[in-house]
Amino acid sequence: MSLIAVVVVVVAAVLIGAFGIRFSRTTSDFYVASRSVSPLWNASAIGGEYLSAASFLGVAGLILSYGADMLWLPVGWTGGYLVLLVLVSAPLRRSGAYTLPDFAEARLESMTVRRTASVLVVLIGWLYLMPQFQSAGLVLRTVTGAPVWVGGLLVAVVVAVNVLSGGMRSITFVQAFQYWLKLTALAVPLVFLLMAWHTDGRPAVSVADAVTWQVPLAGGKEYGLYSTYSLILATFLGTMGLPHVLVRFYTNPDGRAARRTTLVVLSLLGAFYLLPALYGWLGRMYAPDLVRTDAVVLTLPGRMIGGTLGDVLTALVTAGAFAAFLSTSSGLTVSVAGVIAQDLLKGGVRSFRAATLMAVAVPLVLALWARALPVADVVGLAFAVAASSFCPLLVLGIWWRRLSTTGALAGLFVGGGLASAAVLATITGGPYDGIAGALLAQPAAWTVPIAFAVMVSVSFLTPHRVPAGVARTMVRLHTPEDLDLDRGDWRPRSA
Amino acid sequence: MSPEPRPARRVPLARHDTARRVTVTSPRTAAARRPRFPATREIDEQTHLGEVYMRSLLRTQFRLALFVCTVLGCVVCGLPLLFLAIPELREVDLLGIPFPWAVLAGLIYPAFVVGAWLYVRQAERNERHFADLVERP
Repeated sequence: MSLIAVVVVVVAAVLIGAFGIRFSRTTSDFYVASRSVSPLWNASAIGGEYLSAASFLGVAGLILSYGADMLWLPVGWTGGYLVLLVLVSAPLRRSGAYTLPDFAEARLESMTVRRTASVLVVLIGWLYLMPQFQSAGLVLRTVTGAPVWVGGLLVAVVVAVNVLSGGMRSITFVQAFQYWLKLTALAVPLVFLLMAWHTDGRPAVSVADAVTWQVPLAGGKEYGLYSTYSLILATFLGTMGLPHVLVRFYTNPDGRAARRTTLVVLSLLGAFYLLPALYGWLGRMYAPDLVRTDAVVLTLPGRMIGGTLGDVLTALVTAGAFAAFLSTSSGLTVSVAGVIAQDLLKGGVRSFRAATLMAVAVPLVLALWARALPVADVVGLAFAVAASSFCPLLVLGIWWRRLSTTGALAGLFVGGGLASAAVLATITGGPYDGIAGALLAQPAAWTVPIAFAVMVSVSFLTPHRVPAGVARTMVRLHTPEDLDLDRGDWRPRSA
Repeated sequence: MSPEPRPARRVPLARHDTARRVTVTSPRTAAARRPRFPATREIDEQTHLGEVYMRSLLRTQFRLALFVCTVLGCVVCGLPLLFLAIPELREVDLLGIPFPWAVLAGLIYPAFVVGAWLYVRQAERNERHFADLVERP
């Protein structure tokens, strides 16, 4: 039955993609949608694209394995939107930028900064796609016993076909539907699981778990406090630098709507993230053998309920998981492919096709060959790179007039470079022991301050490289749209 | 980097007739200071006055953002320290749920939403004030 669920979701995705081509050309859809989409629909679409395999499967798995310290992960993924709301959302929409490289170009008036931002977008996108493919393999193995590479390949092919046919992601409605599908697929089985737990006499976690697993910072993990703080920093500051999130802000009619949309996103994510913790907690009691496998969400309905109902519920969570892979991967692939085609290749339809294949193939190969780290951990590394490169660029670019082109470039190179190096070391060789291992596995706590410091100090040293049009850009970024002001005539080249 | 200093747009009128004494019965200061152009034009032409308007908007919005981030930072960074400093807190139950779980897996989410709502309200209010300021005839 779970296999049927996977087939249904995949076929639906392909069909929607095939039909979507008739009424969606990426940009014009955004353009048209920008006049008619309400904050609730828009926020659902952001949620649908944002909630990936890491949220759907990974968080519950990590909570089951490592306990209360992992509760910070969903807190950070939600709280990141609060930071995004107050520091970035309205000015970013008002900038008119369609992608992060667009923003870099608009603010710093430099093609070099634009290209550097493009490379970082591609790196972050690949890092985010890789665990999606890995988990797809895991899910398919759990429900059918197929080898691990089959699921990853399946999702990669479906996403590539979909993106090449131009459908799916560009339709706000479909992404919005994905959010509600994922919420249902996690919430409905949970109701039955909690009922089963209730009739079971409401057991508590074992005595040993009650003093260690259930308690934050209870030892066991080395450098727990450092890791917790580093995780908090990466997730809270990394959200604003994710390539597939930013595009959705363009769909808002103005900066004010962008703020309201972010407020709704916070509510939707908050509602969703109440669920994985409960799965992790129930899993600790009913399926303690699933430590370090990410499979608890898929396995629990079968274990605790069983029978036909158990099968139906397992099918439902499997469908939700595949929806998670497909929506997040499609969104990321479109963003990454768009940036590759626009900034690194020649542009045009042919480049976009080649770029789509590159965008999918590289993370697929990484997923097949790299060691299988927990999916939420790898996604956490993508957040760390985003937090140490795009967060300083956006925050300083929006609020600080004296940011110079050279400063921004230096900050992107140093912050993004250090974080990427740490990530590479962790993925290829880790986990390492001792303090070095902690610093490499959670680099944000040192790379983010370094990136900010480099950007600020180099900007102070190169005051002649402050962009000439900064005053006009600040008017564009910060004044409400209904005021009749001169905002310059910059337009994003990818729109 | 601020643009080259420009001569102020409105130099006070030369007071060649200060010698004559006049009894001021109604100080029409508001009328005297009324600008000849709307402030939007000052901003468009990037005069010093326009810069002052823009800086005031940026400062207000940045202070608000910084305030929210500081509160968020204190709550979020304070919680691990709190759990570390007062170990008994980890075992306190809140409606049958251990305190850290009740906060991190439940209460913190509505708190985010309330904080965001308050922020959005204040940020829109700041923008209305700015609009009133620069559009005042």
